[in-house]
Amino acid sequence: MALDQLVMTKFGETAGEEMILNMGPQHPSTHGVINFVVHADGEVMKKAVPQVGYLHRAIEKIGEIVTYPGFMPYTDRIDYLAAMFANEGYALAVEKLLGLTVPPRAQYLRAISCELNRIASHLISLGSMAMDIGAVTPFPYALRERESINDLLEALCGARLTYNFHRIGGVGFDMPDDWMPLCRKWLDHFDRILDEWDRLISFNEIFVERLAGLAVIPLEMAINYGLVGPNLRASGIEFDLRKAHPYGAYPDFDFKIPFGKAYAGAYRGGVVGDCFDRFYVRVLECRESVSIVRQALDKFPPGEFMAPKVPRKIKPEAGEAQSRIEAARGEMAYYVVSDGGERAYRVRARTGSFLAMGIIEELSKGLMIADLVALIASLDVVAPEIDR
Amino acid sequence: MPETDLKGYSHDPGASTALITTSTNVIENLINWSRRSSMFYLLFGLACCGIELMQTGGPRADLDRFGSVPRATPRQSDLMIVAGTLTYKMAIRCKLLYEQMAEPKYVISMGSCANCGGLFQLSYSVVKGVDKIIPVDVYVPGCPPRPEALTEGFLRVQELIKREKQKQKFRPQRDSGETGAGYDVPEAV
Amino acid sequence: MSALTFEQIHQRLAGKFGEAVGPLQPAKKDPFCTFAPARLLEICRFLKSEPDLAFDFLEDLTATDHPKLNLIRVVYHFYSYPHRHMFIAKAEVNRQISEIDSVEQLWKSANWMEREVYDLFGVRFKGHSDLRRILMPDDWVGAPLRKDYSEAGGYRDISNVRDNPLDLYLSMDRELKAQQAAAQPAAGSQSAAAPEQHAAPNPPAKPGA
Repeated sequence: MALDQLVMTKFGETAGEEMILNMGPQHPSTHGVINFVVHADGEVMKKAVPQVGYLHRAIEKIGEIVTYPGFMPYTDRIDYLAAMFANEGYALAVEKLLGLTVPPRAQYLRAISCELNRIASHLISLGSMAMDIGAVTPFPYALRERESINDLLEALCGARLTYNFHRIGGVGFDMPDDWMPLCRKWLDHFDRILDEWDRLISFNEIFVERLAGLAVIPLEMAINYGLVGPNLRASGIEFDLRKAHPYGAYPDFDFKIPFGKAYAGAYRGGVVGDCFDRFYVRVLECRESVSIVRQALDKFPPGEFMAPKVPRKIKPEAGEAQSRIEAARGEMAYYVVSDGGERAYRVRARTGSFLAMGIIEELSKGLMIADLVALIASLDVVAPEIDR
Repeated sequence: MPETDLKGYSHDPGASTALITTSTNVIENLINWSRRSSMFYLLFGLACCGIELMQTGGPRADLDRFGSVPRATPRQSDLMIVAGTLTYKMAIRCKLLYEQMAEPKYVISMGSCANCGGLFQLSYSVVKGVDKIIPVDVYVPGCPPRPEALTEGFLRVQELIKREKQKQKFRPQRDSGETGAGYDVPEAV
Repeated sequence: MSALTFEQIHQRLAGKFGEAVGPLQPAKKDPFCTFAPARLLEICRFLKSEPDLAFDFLEDLTATDHPKLNLIRVVYHFYSYPHRHMFIAKAEVNRQISEIDSVEQLWKSANWMEREVYDLFGVRFKGHSDLRRILMPDDWVGAPLRKDYSEAGGYRDISNVRDNPLDLYLSMDRELKAQQAAAQPAAGSQSAAAPEQHAAPNPPAKPGA
């Protein structure tokens, strides 16, 4: 090739060549061990093919080996950023098989712990998204707040990351006596942090311009590819399992469902379902979660935190049940098949991240390599949820 | 040739000048001090422990105060913190990354999964301990270990470097994936 | 826009397809019905396109293995966003032949889920665009989630056995005692040197030695 051809391709122009690049599995912005085989022409991608399975730990097989209560610690590891949801989903599925009803206090404790965990998970997602794009400062800010939530959850259930808090028939421990004022104090503090977050990064002109109109997912495409949770809502549908098919204590709370409205603004090229919508829907969800925790603390009922007469050896009669919950990364569904024994015949966890990865190959066509990083971050995928 | 204090070590006959032999300790101390004070670790978060690794680098635990900052590439890092479950599919990559790091290099095995397979001993796809693939200096137990535990493990690596002799600088070469018996006895935190 | 119950949906399907749609299983927990694999694609297209069913979301696709019946049941969970109702269906395939039509052309989300079922259960999907292993390495042998799967004993040259550390220490202890016993009859003063040698595998050579 002549020299002038080599150097004179303008930024964003293609030279008609194809270069195959491996991005990952060890890469700081792939959010865990995920590999992307990038077919690129200069800076523009022809496609990026995700390769997953680097963290496949056979959790579904282990579910057939260990007993029903013994599987609970493994559910933590299905999604370590939001382990409460994984716990709750499995507990709900087994309770459905057993026909157990959970006392209201336990349901409230589940809701409180889950919503706090949702904030913690979204903080990592928002912080790392800003970092992947190039703004390093917000990430330590987010980690600082996450540490406070970790402290609160540690006081509640004794662990920072893998909680194992929800049990079949209730929760593991009651709320400590002095926990409620601590939590309220932190919620008041976090309101200010959210305002600060909006000033620092959400409405930062550079940040908004960077994400507006980028990697747009239309609603039909999102549904067809099986996107769930914030990713789906950002495409403009007001759907939340906590409202559509309420479970636990959620019918008692009053909250809004944030969904994509082209928050970046049409004059900047914002479209419903772009990367900024996926980012900002999560910020708004943090606000709603704070409101839910406040309401739950106000209405916190007395009573037992564990259903009476939960047998030591859990042996549901033969049958199958599916539980669906709204986790931090969207719908998480456990499908548990029982054959009447002490161990499950089949445990299946349907997670949001697995199918969110499937859309990347289609969406990446024509994107720049730097935009791929923004797309991955905006989908908020996490490796153990993909691979299980 | 004057008698020098060799502390039980024979010096290399090729470099047998009095100056070098007398000042070996000083140079060694200097090298070890500089090495342990700028341990750059590879960002190698595999699973749940990776989050605690992030929090250890974060504002509260602040691993930075020991002169340790994360690097994204193995070529620039001295320390590999294997944070999380290693699967067979990832094991090949882990070995490759380890080989790409420049000597001297150190490895912390963080968490039960990396130590021995931990919770996932029953799994068909998990390597039962990262020391089946690469040599490990310090094992940090926990599932996952708290940031304080990882900081302690990091200090143990610094202790190891402090006591290091230049003679032992290079690891004995091993051809198979199994842990060599000639390797220093690893420390548990 | 009204949600239909499982029974209503089943009646619609049974009326249209007759024998190909099995009876609704006991509704104690989650009820489901069985589709004839030969007409699976046709039924699924009906489920998606019929306006009062409108199952636009394939929520889950997985499988269960039944070696005693020599069957693998592929499980489909459908959900409809317009009507907010759901339906569960199964299709049975022979364990040896294990082949079924792909529904990827109707729901793109089936692409990855079918690849997962192919990887972990060994069910091949006819008409799938990109059927290869997804979670396990390409050279992995066997379908791990089948009930009769047994581990091969590691992968490539990595063994899957981890020695009990207690055994290791016991053997070291035994070795130490044997060394001590060997050193004792020769001279009492040398017995102290033996454990020291054991503790440091690479004793530094003495200068001039």
